[in-house]
Amino acid sequence: MASRTIKVNYLARVEGESGLKVVVRDGKVRSAELSIFEPPRFFEALLRGRAFTEAPDITARICGICPVAYQMSAVHAMENALGVAVGGPLRELRRLLYCGEWIESHTLHIYMLHAPDFLGYAGAIDMAREHGDAVRRGLELKKAGNAIVACLGGREIHPINVRVGGFYRVPSRRDLAPLAEHLERARDLALDTVRWVAGFDFPDRARDYVFVALRHAREYPFNEGHIVSNRGLDIPASAYDAHFEESHVTRSTALHSQLRGGGSYLVGPLARYSLNFDRLSPLAQAAARDAGLGATCTNPYQSIVVRAVEVLYACDEALRVIAAYEPPDQPVAIVAPRAGTGQAATEAPRGLLYHSYRLEADGTIADARIVPPTSQNQPSIEADLASYIDGFLDLPDEALRHRCEQTVRNYDPCISCAAHFLRLDMDRG
Amino acid sequence: MSGARTRRLVIGVGNPERGDDAAGRAVARLLPGTLPADVEIAEGDGEATSLLAQIEACGTAVLVDASASGAPAGTVRRFDVAAAPLPQDAGSLSSHGLGLAAAIELARALGQLPPRCVVYAIEGASFTDGEPLSPAVAAAVDDVAGRLRAEFGPPTATEG
Repeated sequence: MASRTIKVNYLARVEGESGLKVVVRDGKVRSAELSIFEPPRFFEALLRGRAFTEAPDITARICGICPVAYQMSAVHAMENALGVAVGGPLRELRRLLYCGEWIESHTLHIYMLHAPDFLGYAGAIDMAREHGDAVRRGLELKKAGNAIVACLGGREIHPINVRVGGFYRVPSRRDLAPLAEHLERARDLALDTVRWVAGFDFPDRARDYVFVALRHAREYPFNEGHIVSNRGLDIPASAYDAHFEESHVTRSTALHSQLRGGGSYLVGPLARYSLNFDRLSPLAQAAARDAGLGATCTNPYQSIVVRAVEVLYACDEALRVIAAYEPPDQPVAIVAPRAGTGQAATEAPRGLLYHSYRLEADGTIADARIVPPTSQNQPSIEADLASYIDGFLDLPDEALRHRCEQTVRNYDPCISCAAHFLRLDMDRG
Repeated sequence: MSGARTRRLVIGVGNPERGDDAAGRAVARLLPGTLPADVEIAEGDGEATSLLAQIEACGTAVLVDASASGAPAGTVRRFDVAAAPLPQDAGSLSSHGLGLAAAIELARALGQLPPRCVVYAIEGASFTDGEPLSPAVAAAVDDVAGRLRAEFGPPTATEG
Protein backbone atom coordinates (compact mmCIF):
# COMPACT_ATOMS: atom_id res chain seq x y z
CA MET A 1 0.00 0.00 0.00
CA ALA A 2 1.47 3.29 -1.05
CA SER A 3 2.11 5.68 1.74
CA ARG A 4 0.60 9.07 1.31
CA THR A 5 -0.44 12.02 3.35
CA ILE A 6 -4.13 12.49 3.65
CA LYS A 7 -4.93 15.96 4.86
CA VAL A 8 -7.90 15.63 7.08
CA ASN A 9 -9.44 17.45 9.94
CA TYR A 10 -8.70 14.83 12.51
CA LEU A 11 -10.63 16.22 15.41
CA ALA A 12 -12.67 13.06 15.26
CA ARG A 13 -10.44 11.18 17.69
CA VAL A 14 -11.63 13.55 20.36
CA GLU A 15 -15.10 12.22 19.46
CA GLY A 16 -16.51 15.69 19.66
CA GLU A 17 -17.20 18.28 22.27
CA SER A 18 -20.55 18.09 23.87
CA GLY A 19 -22.67 19.88 26.37
CA LEU A 20 -26.10 19.41 27.74
CA LYS A 21 -28.60 22.04 28.81
CA VAL A 22 -31.68 21.05 30.79
CA VAL A 23 -34.27 23.68 31.64
CA VAL A 24 -36.68 22.91 34.49
CA ARG A 25 -39.71 25.01 35.27
CA ASP A 26 -42.35 24.24 37.90
CA GLY A 27 -40.87 20.86 38.63
CA LYS A 28 -41.00 19.71 35.00
CA VAL A 29 -38.36 19.48 32.32
CA ARG A 30 -39.21 22.13 29.79
CA SER A 31 -36.37 21.44 27.40
CA ALA A 32 -33.25 19.33 27.07
CA GLU A 33 -30.67 20.26 24.47
CA LEU A 34 -27.57 18.35 23.60
CA SER A 35 -24.93 20.22 21.65
CA ILE A 36 -22.47 18.22 19.67
CA PHE A 37 -19.51 19.18 17.63
CA GLU A 38 -19.43 16.65 14.90
CA PRO A 39 -16.77 16.21 12.24
CA PRO A 40 -18.29 14.46 9.20
CA ARG A 41 -19.33 17.73 7.58
CA PHE A 42 -15.67 18.68 7.10
CA PHE A 43 -15.06 15.40 5.40
CA GLU A 44 -17.82 15.89 2.87
CA ALA A 45 -16.04 18.99 1.58
CA LEU A 46 -12.71 17.21 1.76
CA LEU A 47 -13.95 14.32 -0.40
CA ARG A 48 -14.97 16.54 -3.30
CA GLY A 49 -12.38 16.40 -6.05
CA ARG A 50 -10.77 13.21 -4.74
CA ALA A 51 -10.79 9.89 -6.58
CA PHE A 52 -13.57 7.43 -5.73
CA THR A 53 -10.89 4.97 -4.65
CA GLU A 54 -9.82 7.29 -1.83
CA ALA A 55 -13.17 7.44 -0.06
CA PRO A 56 -12.73 4.35 2.15
CA ASP A 57 -9.42 5.52 3.62
CA ILE A 58 -10.45 9.15 3.97
CA THR A 59 -13.79 8.44 5.64
CA ALA A 60 -12.22 5.81 7.93
CA ARG A 61 -10.53 8.72 9.67
CA ILE A 62 -13.78 10.32 10.70
CA CYS A 63 -14.02 8.07 13.72
CA GLY A 64 -11.28 6.34 15.67
CA ILE A 65 -13.77 3.90 17.14
CA CYS A 66 -15.68 2.83 14.05
CA PRO A 67 -13.46 3.24 10.98
CA VAL A 68 -14.72 -0.03 9.49
CA ALA A 69 -18.28 1.28 9.38
CA TYR A 70 -17.15 4.34 7.42
CA GLN A 71 -15.14 2.17 5.04
CA MET A 72 -18.04 -0.19 4.52
CA SER A 73 -20.64 2.49 3.81
CA ALA A 74 -18.13 4.15 1.45
CA VAL A 75 -17.29 1.04 -0.57
CA HIS A 76 -20.91 -0.07 -0.85
CA ALA A 77 -22.04 3.38 -1.98
CA MET A 78 -19.23 3.53 -4.56
CA GLU A 79 -20.05 0.06 -5.81
CA ASN A 80 -23.68 1.10 -6.06
CA ALA A 81 -22.64 4.10 -8.16
CA LEU A 82 -20.38 2.00 -10.38
CA GLY A 83 -22.72 -0.93 -10.85
CA VAL A 84 -20.45 -3.44 -9.14
CA ALA A 85 -21.72 -6.28 -6.99
CA VAL A 86 -19.31 -7.87 -4.52
CA GLY A 87 -20.35 -11.35 -3.44
CA GLY A 88 -18.98 -14.66 -2.27
CA PRO A 89 -15.94 -14.76 0.00
CA LEU A 90 -15.24 -11.02 -0.36
CA ARG A 91 -18.67 -10.24 0.99
CA GLU A 92 -18.17 -12.75 3.79
CA LEU A 93 -14.83 -11.14 4.71
CA ARG A 94 -16.57 -7.80 4.96
CA ARG A 95 -19.01 -9.34 7.42
CA LEU A 96 -16.09 -10.75 9.38
CA LEU A 97 -14.38 -7.37 9.49
CA TYR A 98 -17.59 -5.77 10.71
CA CYS A 99 -17.84 -8.44 13.43
CA GLY A 100 -14.42 -7.32 14.61
CA GLU A 101 -15.47 -3.71 14.84
CA TRP A 102 -18.69 -4.51 16.70
CA ILE A 103 -16.75 -6.58 19.22
CA GLU A 104 -14.17 -3.81 19.74
CA SER A 105 -16.60 -0.92 19.87
CA HIS A 106 -19.40 -2.51 21.89
CA THR A 107 -17.00 -4.08 24.39
CA LEU A 108 -15.25 -0.76 24.92
CA HIS A 109 -18.59 0.90 25.55
CA ILE A 110 -19.99 -1.83 27.79
CA TYR A 111 -16.96 -2.19 30.04
CA MET A 112 -15.15 1.12 29.94
CA LEU A 113 -17.91 3.68 29.47
CA HIS A 114 -21.32 2.35 30.42
CA ALA A 115 -20.92 -0.28 33.16
CA PRO A 116 -19.46 2.27 35.62
CA ASP A 117 -22.80 4.12 35.40
CA PHE A 118 -24.68 1.07 36.61
CA LEU A 119 -22.20 0.04 39.28
CA GLY A 120 -21.80 3.51 40.73
CA TYR A 121 -18.27 4.47 39.73
CA ALA A 122 -16.94 7.66 38.25
CA GLY A 123 -15.21 5.67 35.53
CA ALA A 124 -13.55 2.47 34.44
CA ILE A 125 -10.41 2.97 36.54
CA ASP A 126 -12.35 3.22 39.79
CA MET A 127 -14.45 0.27 38.73
CA ALA A 128 -11.35 -1.79 37.91
CA ARG A 129 -10.11 -1.51 41.49
CA GLU A 130 -13.14 -3.41 42.77
CA HIS A 131 -14.28 -5.33 39.70
CA GLY A 132 -10.91 -6.34 38.34
CA ASP A 133 -12.07 -9.71 37.05
CA ALA A 134 -14.89 -8.15 35.08
CA VAL A 135 -12.65 -5.49 33.56
CA ARG A 136 -10.02 -8.10 32.65
CA ARG A 137 -12.75 -10.13 30.95
CA GLY A 138 -13.79 -7.07 28.95
CA LEU A 139 -10.23 -6.33 27.90
CA GLU A 140 -9.71 -9.93 26.84
CA LEU A 141 -12.95 -9.96 24.89
CA LYS A 142 -12.07 -6.74 23.11
CA LYS A 143 -8.78 -8.26 21.97
CA ALA A 144 -10.69 -10.74 19.82
CA GLY A 145 -12.18 -7.81 17.93
CA ASN A 146 -8.78 -6.14 17.66
CA ALA A 147 -7.37 -9.38 16.26
CA ILE A 148 -10.00 -9.58 13.52
CA VAL A 149 -9.52 -5.96 12.49
CA ALA A 150 -5.73 -6.32 12.57
CA CYS A 151 -5.89 -9.49 10.45
CA LEU A 152 -8.33 -8.22 7.81
CA GLY A 153 -7.80 -4.50 8.07
CA GLY A 154 -4.02 -4.61 8.04
CA ARG A 155 -3.79 -2.96 11.46
CA GLU A 156 -5.95 -2.52 14.54
CA ILE A 157 -6.73 1.13 14.16
CA HIS A 158 -7.62 2.78 10.89
CA PRO A 159 -7.57 -0.34 8.78
CA ILE A 160 -6.00 0.20 5.39
CA ASN A 161 -6.74 -3.03 3.57
CA VAL A 162 -10.29 -2.22 2.42
CA ARG A 163 -10.88 -0.94 -1.12
CA VAL A 164 -13.76 -0.38 -3.48
CA GLY A 165 -14.45 -3.82 -4.95
CA GLY A 166 -12.90 -5.82 -2.12
CA PHE A 167 -9.53 -5.88 -0.39
CA TYR A 168 -5.90 -5.24 -1.26
CA ARG A 169 -4.97 -8.60 0.23
CA VAL A 170 -7.17 -11.44 1.43
CA PRO A 171 -6.25 -13.92 4.15
CA SER A 172 -5.62 -17.62 3.65
CA ARG A 173 -7.49 -20.18 5.68
CA ARG A 174 -4.33 -20.55 7.73
CA ASP A 175 -4.29 -16.84 8.51
CA LEU A 176 -7.76 -17.16 9.99
CA ALA A 177 -7.14 -20.29 12.09
CA PRO A 178 -5.67 -18.48 15.11
CA LEU A 179 -8.57 -16.04 14.98
CA ALA A 180 -11.01 -18.93 15.33
CA GLU A 181 -9.26 -20.17 18.48
CA HIS A 182 -9.33 -16.67 19.89
CA LEU A 183 -13.01 -16.28 19.02
CA GLU A 184 -13.99 -19.57 20.65
CA ARG A 185 -12.71 -18.17 23.93
CA ALA A 186 -14.21 -14.76 23.21
CA ARG A 187 -17.63 -16.30 22.66
CA ASP A 188 -17.56 -17.72 26.19
CA LEU A 189 -16.51 -14.32 27.53
CA ALA A 190 -19.30 -12.70 25.54
CA LEU A 191 -21.83 -15.04 27.07
CA ASP A 192 -20.48 -14.19 30.53
CA THR A 193 -20.81 -10.53 29.60
CA VAL A 194 -24.50 -10.90 28.74
CA ARG A 195 -25.11 -12.56 32.10
CA TRP A 196 -23.10 -9.90 33.93
CA VAL A 197 -24.90 -6.88 32.48
CA ALA A 198 -28.30 -8.59 32.74
CA GLY A 199 -27.87 -8.38 36.52
CA PHE A 200 -27.57 -4.58 36.55
CA ASP A 201 -30.33 -2.40 37.94
CA PHE A 202 -32.20 -0.65 35.11
CA PRO A 203 -34.40 2.40 35.54
CA ASP A 204 -37.87 1.39 34.39
CA ARG A 205 -38.28 3.71 31.44
CA ALA A 206 -39.56 3.16 27.91
CA ARG A 207 -40.91 5.19 25.02
CA ASP A 208 -42.77 4.25 21.89
CA TYR A 209 -39.74 4.64 19.64
CA VAL A 210 -39.70 4.69 15.89
CA PHE A 211 -36.95 2.15 15.30
CA VAL A 212 -34.97 2.33 12.05
CA ALA A 213 -32.42 -0.29 10.99
CA LEU A 214 -31.34 -2.41 8.08
CA ARG A 215 -33.10 -5.69 7.52
CA HIS A 216 -31.80 -8.49 5.32
CA ALA A 217 -33.57 -11.58 4.01
CA ARG A 218 -31.47 -13.98 6.08
CA GLU A 219 -28.83 -12.17 8.10
CA TYR A 220 -28.59 -9.98 11.14
CA PRO A 221 -27.64 -6.78 9.33
CA PHE A 222 -24.15 -5.43 8.83
CA ASN A 223 -23.62 -4.38 5.21
CA GLU A 224 -26.79 -5.06 3.34
CA GLY A 225 -30.52 -4.88 3.54
CA HIS A 226 -33.46 -2.56 3.19
CA ILE A 227 -33.93 0.32 5.58
CA VAL A 228 -37.00 -0.62 7.60
CA SER A 229 -38.90 0.72 10.59
CA ASN A 230 -41.47 -0.55 13.05
CA ARG A 231 -43.93 1.84 11.36
CA GLY A 232 -43.88 0.05 8.03
CA LEU A 233 -41.02 1.81 6.28
CA ASP A 234 -39.24 -0.52 3.85
CA ILE A 235 -36.96 1.21 1.36
CA PRO A 236 -33.62 0.75 -0.37
CA ALA A 237 -30.81 3.09 0.67
CA SER A 238 -31.27 4.97 -2.61
CA ALA A 239 -34.63 6.21 -1.29
CA TYR A 240 -33.16 7.52 1.98
CA ASP A 241 -33.45 11.19 1.05
CA ALA A 242 -37.09 10.81 0.10
CA HIS A 243 -37.92 9.68 3.64
CA PHE A 244 -35.42 11.42 5.92
CA GLU A 245 -34.39 15.04 6.17
CA GLU A 246 -31.68 16.93 8.00
CA SER A 247 -31.96 20.34 9.54
CA HIS A 248 -29.57 22.74 11.22
CA VAL A 249 -30.03 23.62 14.85
CA THR A 250 -28.00 26.53 16.12
CA ARG A 251 -26.72 24.78 19.25
CA SER A 252 -24.98 22.03 17.36
CA THR A 253 -22.70 21.62 14.40
CA ALA A 254 -24.35 18.25 13.93
CA LEU A 255 -27.35 18.26 11.66
CA HIS A 256 -30.51 16.82 13.17
CA SER A 257 -32.13 14.02 11.21
CA GLN A 258 -35.87 13.53 11.21
CA LEU A 259 -38.30 11.38 9.34
CA ARG A 260 -40.00 13.61 6.79
CA GLY A 261 -43.17 14.64 8.56
CA GLY A 262 -42.60 12.06 11.25
CA GLY A 263 -40.29 13.40 13.93
CA SER A 264 -37.46 11.68 15.75
CA TYR A 265 -36.42 8.10 15.31
CA LEU A 266 -33.86 5.79 16.82
CA VAL A 267 -31.03 3.87 15.19
CA GLY A 268 -28.53 1.53 16.85
CA PRO A 269 -28.59 -1.65 18.91
CA LEU A 270 -32.14 -1.25 20.28
CA ALA A 271 -33.56 -0.67 16.80
CA ARG A 272 -31.47 -3.38 15.14
CA TYR A 273 -32.38 -5.90 17.78
CA SER A 274 -36.08 -5.08 17.84
CA LEU A 275 -36.36 -5.26 14.06
CA ASN A 276 -34.12 -8.31 13.60
CA PHE A 277 -34.40 -10.53 16.67
CA ASP A 278 -35.37 -13.44 14.41
CA ARG A 279 -32.10 -13.03 12.47
CA LEU A 280 -29.85 -13.54 15.52
CA SER A 281 -28.08 -16.86 15.90
CA PRO A 282 -29.83 -19.39 18.17
CA LEU A 283 -27.15 -18.90 20.81
CA ALA A 284 -27.62 -15.13 20.83
CA GLN A 285 -31.41 -15.44 20.93
CA ALA A 286 -31.24 -17.86 23.86
CA ALA A 287 -28.82 -15.60 25.75
CA ALA A 288 -31.11 -12.63 25.18
CA ARG A 289 -34.09 -14.57 26.53
CA ASP A 290 -32.10 -15.73 29.55
CA ALA A 291 -31.09 -12.12 30.15
CA GLY A 292 -34.76 -11.21 30.41
CA LEU A 293 -35.12 -9.47 27.04
CA GLY A 294 -38.13 -10.01 24.82
CA ALA A 295 -38.03 -10.01 21.04
CA THR A 296 -38.08 -6.21 21.20
CA CYS A 297 -36.56 -3.82 23.72
CA THR A 298 -37.84 -0.29 24.32
CA ASN A 299 -35.92 0.55 27.51
CA PRO A 300 -32.78 2.39 26.37
CA TYR A 301 -31.05 1.72 29.71
CA GLN A 302 -31.08 -1.93 28.69
CA SER A 303 -29.13 -1.10 25.54
CA ILE A 304 -26.06 -2.36 27.41
CA VAL A 305 -27.66 -5.83 27.46
CA VAL A 306 -28.53 -5.61 23.77
CA ARG A 307 -24.94 -4.60 23.00
CA ALA A 308 -23.69 -7.62 24.92
CA VAL A 309 -26.05 -9.86 22.91
CA GLU A 310 -24.72 -8.30 19.71
CA VAL A 311 -21.13 -8.97 20.79
CA LEU A 312 -22.07 -12.60 21.37
CA TYR A 313 -23.70 -12.70 17.94
CA ALA A 314 -20.61 -11.12 16.36
CA CYS A 315 -18.36 -13.82 17.89
CA ASP A 316 -20.75 -16.50 16.68
CA GLU A 317 -21.03 -15.02 13.20
CA ALA A 318 -17.28 -14.51 12.90
CA LEU A 319 -16.75 -18.19 13.71
CA ARG A 320 -19.33 -19.15 11.09
CA VAL A 321 -17.61 -17.05 8.42
CA ILE A 322 -14.18 -18.44 9.26
CA ALA A 323 -15.39 -22.05 9.25
CA ALA A 324 -16.95 -21.67 5.79
CA TYR A 325 -14.21 -19.49 4.27
CA GLU A 326 -12.57 -20.39 0.98
CA PRO A 327 -10.23 -17.69 -0.34
CA PRO A 328 -11.46 -15.96 -3.51
CA ASP A 329 -9.47 -16.18 -6.73
CA GLN A 330 -9.02 -12.41 -6.75
CA PRO A 331 -8.94 -10.08 -3.75
CA VAL A 332 -10.94 -7.44 -5.59
CA ALA A 333 -13.70 -7.22 -8.18
CA ILE A 334 -13.00 -5.24 -11.34
CA VAL A 335 -14.19 -1.69 -10.87
CA ALA A 336 -14.25 0.82 -13.73
CA PRO A 337 -15.06 4.48 -13.14
CA ARG A 338 -18.12 6.04 -14.72
CA ALA A 339 -20.42 8.95 -14.02
CA GLY A 340 -23.20 8.16 -11.60
CA THR A 341 -24.63 8.40 -8.14
CA GLY A 342 -24.60 5.77 -5.45
CA GLN A 343 -25.92 5.37 -1.93
CA ALA A 344 -25.46 2.82 0.82
CA ALA A 345 -26.30 2.34 4.45
CA THR A 346 -24.53 -0.08 6.76
CA GLU A 347 -24.88 -0.78 10.46
CA ALA A 348 -22.16 0.98 12.42
CA PRO A 349 -22.02 -0.17 16.04
CA ARG A 350 -24.06 2.90 17.02
CA GLY A 351 -26.54 2.59 14.16
CA LEU A 352 -27.31 3.28 10.54
CA LEU A 353 -24.53 5.09 8.66
CA TYR A 354 -25.60 6.53 5.31
CA HIS A 355 -23.24 7.60 2.53
CA SER A 356 -24.18 9.12 -0.82
CA TYR A 357 -21.80 10.04 -3.65
CA ARG A 358 -21.97 11.60 -7.06
CA LEU A 359 -19.10 10.72 -9.40
CA GLU A 360 -17.72 12.30 -12.56
CA ALA A 361 -16.98 10.09 -15.57
CA ASP A 362 -13.35 9.65 -14.49
CA GLY A 363 -14.37 8.60 -10.96
CA THR A 364 -13.71 11.95 -9.30
CA ILE A 365 -16.05 12.60 -6.39
CA ALA A 366 -18.31 15.52 -7.33
CA ASP A 367 -20.44 15.40 -4.23
CA ALA A 368 -20.45 13.47 -0.97
CA ARG A 369 -22.92 13.23 1.86
CA ILE A 370 -22.53 11.33 5.10
CA VAL A 371 -25.24 10.93 7.75
CA PRO A 372 -23.76 9.39 10.89
CA PRO A 373 -25.82 7.56 13.49
CA THR A 374 -25.25 10.10 16.24
CA SER A 375 -26.80 12.84 14.14
CA GLN A 376 -29.83 10.63 13.55
CA ASN A 377 -30.14 9.84 17.25
CA GLN A 378 -29.66 13.34 18.59
CA PRO A 379 -33.37 14.28 18.57
CA SER A 380 -34.14 10.96 20.23
CA ILE A 381 -31.50 11.53 22.93
CA GLU A 382 -33.06 14.89 23.69
CA ALA A 383 -36.54 13.39 23.78
CA ASP A 384 -35.32 10.72 26.21
CA LEU A 385 -33.83 13.36 28.47
CA ALA A 386 -36.97 15.46 28.35
CA SER A 387 -39.25 12.57 29.20
CA TYR A 388 -37.10 10.48 31.57
CA ILE A 389 -35.38 13.11 33.67
CA ASP A 390 -38.68 14.37 35.14
CA GLY A 391 -38.72 11.32 37.36
CA PHE A 392 -35.22 12.04 38.65
CA LEU A 393 -35.61 15.74 39.46
CA ASP A 394 -35.65 15.21 43.22
CA LEU A 395 -32.04 14.03 43.01
CA PRO A 396 -29.30 16.49 44.00
CA ASP A 397 -27.46 18.10 41.09
CA GLU A 398 -24.53 15.71 41.14
CA ALA A 399 -26.70 12.58 41.07
CA LEU A 400 -28.94 14.15 38.47
CA ARG A 401 -25.94 15.00 36.31
CA HIS A 402 -24.96 11.39 36.52
CA ARG A 403 -28.42 10.23 35.41
CA CYS A 404 -28.28 12.65 32.48
CA GLU A 405 -24.88 11.34 31.43
CA GLN A 406 -26.05 7.78 31.71
CA THR A 407 -29.07 8.61 29.58
CA VAL A 408 -26.83 10.09 26.88
CA ARG A 409 -24.46 7.12 27.09
CA ASN A 410 -27.34 4.73 26.45
CA TYR A 411 -26.76 5.71 22.84
CA ASP A 412 -23.00 5.22 22.83
CA PRO A 413 -22.88 8.42 20.82
CA CYS A 414 -19.65 9.37 19.12
CA ILE A 415 -19.26 11.79 21.99
CA SER A 416 -18.94 8.88 24.42
CA CYS A 417 -15.48 9.75 25.53
CA ALA A 418 -16.20 13.42 25.86
CA ALA A 419 -19.48 12.68 27.58
CA HIS A 420 -17.54 11.73 30.67
CA PHE A 421 -16.75 15.42 30.87
CA LEU A 422 -20.25 16.38 29.88
CA ARG A 423 -20.98 19.94 30.91
CA LEU A 424 -24.39 20.02 32.47
CA ASP A 425 -26.08 23.37 32.54
CA MET A 426 -28.97 22.83 34.94
CA ASP A 427 -31.41 25.71 34.95
CA ARG A 428 -33.93 25.09 37.72
CA GLY A 429 -35.52 28.53 37.34
CA MET B 1 0.90 -13.96 29.17
CA SER B 2 2.18 -15.59 32.36
CA GLY B 3 5.67 -16.18 33.65
CA ALA B 4 8.48 -13.73 34.26
CA ARG B 5 7.82 -10.31 32.84
CA THR B 6 11.04 -9.80 30.96
CA ARG B 7 9.72 -8.14 27.82
CA ARG B 8 10.97 -4.64 27.20
CA LEU B 9 8.96 -2.31 25.01
CA VAL B 10 9.07 1.25 23.73
CA ILE B 11 5.82 2.69 22.35
CA GLY B 12 5.60 5.91 20.42
CA VAL B 13 2.09 7.26 20.92
CA GLY B 14 0.29 9.83 18.83
CA ASN B 15 -1.46 10.78 15.65
CA PRO B 16 1.02 10.81 12.77
CA GLU B 17 -1.05 13.32 10.84
CA ARG B 18 -1.61 16.00 13.40
CA GLY B 19 1.53 18.08 13.59
CA ASP B 20 3.51 17.70 16.80
CA ASP B 21 1.16 14.96 18.03
CA ALA B 22 3.40 12.72 15.91
CA ALA B 23 6.41 13.32 18.21
CA GLY B 24 6.14 10.00 20.05
CA ARG B 25 5.89 8.05 16.86
CA ALA B 26 8.77 9.98 15.33
CA VAL B 27 10.94 8.88 18.26
CA ALA B 28 9.91 5.26 17.71
CA ARG B 29 10.93 5.51 14.08
CA LEU B 30 14.46 6.64 15.01
CA LEU B 31 15.09 3.67 17.27
CA PRO B 32 15.28 0.49 15.18
CA GLY B 33 18.80 -0.90 15.15
CA THR B 34 20.00 1.38 17.94
CA LEU B 35 18.68 -0.44 21.01
CA PRO B 36 19.44 -3.88 22.47
CA ALA B 37 17.92 -6.54 20.23
CA ASP B 38 15.33 -7.66 22.79
CA VAL B 39 13.75 -4.23 23.12
CA GLU B 40 10.57 -4.13 21.07
CA ILE B 41 9.57 -0.90 19.38
CA ALA B 42 5.94 -0.13 18.62
CA GLU B 43 3.66 2.71 17.68
CA GLY B 44 0.14 3.36 18.85
CA ASP B 45 -2.67 5.87 18.62
CA GLY B 46 -3.05 6.05 22.40
CA GLU B 47 -6.41 4.31 22.83
CA ALA B 48 -6.28 3.05 26.41
CA THR B 49 -7.29 -0.57 26.07
CA SER B 50 -4.98 -1.17 23.12
CA LEU B 51 -2.09 0.46 25.00
CA LEU B 52 -2.88 -1.67 28.02
CA ALA B 53 -2.82 -4.80 25.88
CA GLN B 54 0.61 -3.78 24.62
CA ILE B 55 2.20 -3.11 28.00
CA GLU B 56 0.50 -5.63 30.28
CA ALA B 57 3.00 -8.46 29.84
CA CYS B 58 6.09 -6.23 29.91
CA GLY B 59 8.72 -5.90 32.60
CA THR B 60 9.76 -2.56 31.18
CA ALA B 61 7.60 -0.19 29.18
CA VAL B 62 8.62 3.25 27.99
CA LEU B 63 5.89 5.37 26.45
CA VAL B 64 6.64 8.49 24.46
CA ASP B 65 3.83 10.96 23.81
CA ALA B 66 3.33 14.59 22.90
CA SER B 67 2.01 16.93 25.56
CA ALA B 68 0.21 20.24 25.63
CA SER B 69 0.80 21.53 29.15
CA GLY B 70 1.73 25.09 28.33
CA ALA B 71 5.49 24.55 28.66
CA PRO B 72 7.83 25.87 25.93
CA ALA B 73 7.70 23.80 22.73
CA GLY B 74 10.21 20.98 22.73
CA THR B 75 10.38 20.70 26.53
CA VAL B 76 11.05 17.07 27.44
CA ARG B 77 9.80 15.64 30.72
CA ARG B 78 10.36 12.16 32.09
CA PHE B 79 7.86 10.60 34.49
CA ASP B 80 8.39 7.42 36.48
CA VAL B 81 4.78 6.31 36.39
CA ALA B 82 5.53 3.03 38.18
CA ALA B 83 6.16 5.24 41.23
CA ALA B 84 3.30 7.71 40.84
CA PRO B 85 0.51 8.59 38.41
CA LEU B 86 1.14 11.18 35.74
CA PRO B 87 0.60 14.61 37.27
CA GLN B 88 -2.70 16.19 36.32
CA ASP B 89 -0.92 19.05 34.62
CA ALA B 90 1.28 16.80 32.47
CA GLY B 91 -0.95 17.76 29.55
CA SER B 92 -0.96 14.32 28.01
CA LEU B 93 -2.54 14.82 24.64
CA SER B 94 -4.24 11.48 24.66
CA SER B 95 -5.94 12.28 27.93
CA HIS B 96 -9.18 13.09 26.16
CA GLY B 97 -11.45 10.11 26.37
CA LEU B 98 -9.50 7.06 27.46
CA GLY B 99 -5.91 7.67 26.58
CA LEU B 100 -2.39 7.10 27.83
CA ALA B 101 -2.97 8.26 31.39
CA ALA B 102 -6.06 6.06 31.62
CA ALA B 103 -4.13 3.08 30.26
CA ILE B 104 -1.52 3.50 32.97
CA GLU B 105 -4.05 3.86 35.78
CA LEU B 106 -6.15 1.01 34.47
CA ALA B 107 -3.03 -1.17 34.40
CA ARG B 108 -2.19 -0.09 37.95
CA ALA B 109 -5.72 -0.84 39.19
CA LEU B 110 -5.56 -4.30 37.62
CA GLY B 111 -2.07 -5.04 38.92
CA GLN B 112 -0.76 -5.16 35.35
CA LEU B 113 1.49 -2.11 35.34
CA PRO B 114 5.02 -3.06 34.28
CA PRO B 115 7.39 -2.88 37.27
CA ARG B 116 9.43 -0.38 35.28
CA CYS B 117 7.19 2.06 33.45
CA VAL B 118 8.33 5.44 32.19
CA VAL B 119 6.62 8.17 30.20
CA TYR B 120 8.48 10.75 28.15
CA ALA B 121 6.38 13.77 27.27
CA ILE B 122 7.48 16.09 24.49
CA GLU B 123 5.76 19.44 24.58
CA GLY B 124 4.19 20.25 21.22
CA ALA B 125 3.67 23.64 19.65
CA SER B 126 1.20 22.98 16.86
CA PHE B 127 -1.29 20.19 16.35
CA THR B 128 -2.54 21.22 12.93
CA ASP B 129 -3.64 18.49 10.54
CA GLY B 130 -1.11 17.42 7.98
CA GLU B 131 1.66 19.69 9.27
CA PRO B 132 5.20 18.37 9.89
CA LEU B 133 6.88 18.48 13.30
CA SER B 134 7.78 22.00 14.37
CA PRO B 135 11.57 22.62 14.62
CA ALA B 136 11.76 22.64 18.43
CA VAL B 137 9.83 19.38 18.60
CA ALA B 138 11.94 17.74 15.89
CA ALA B 139 15.02 18.58 17.96
CA ALA B 140 13.37 17.17 21.08
CA VAL B 141 12.57 13.97 19.20
CA ASP B 142 16.30 13.47 18.54
CA ASP B 143 17.03 14.26 22.17
CA VAL B 144 14.54 11.70 23.48
CA ALA B 145 15.79 9.04 21.10
CA GLY B 146 19.27 9.65 22.52
CA ARG B 147 18.01 9.43 26.08
CA LEU B 148 16.29 6.12 25.32
CA ARG B 149 19.53 4.76 23.89
CA ALA B 150 21.20 5.79 27.14
CA GLU B 151 18.44 4.14 29.19
CA PHE B 152 18.65 0.82 27.39
CA GLY B 153 22.33 0.71 26.51
CA PRO B 154 23.93 -0.07 23.15
CA PRO B 155 22.54 -2.58 20.64
CA THR B 156 25.12 -5.23 21.47
CA ALA B 157 24.19 -5.44 25.13
CA THR B 158 21.65 -8.23 25.03
CA GLU B 159 20.94 -10.54 27.91
CA GLY B 160 23.24 -13.45 28.60
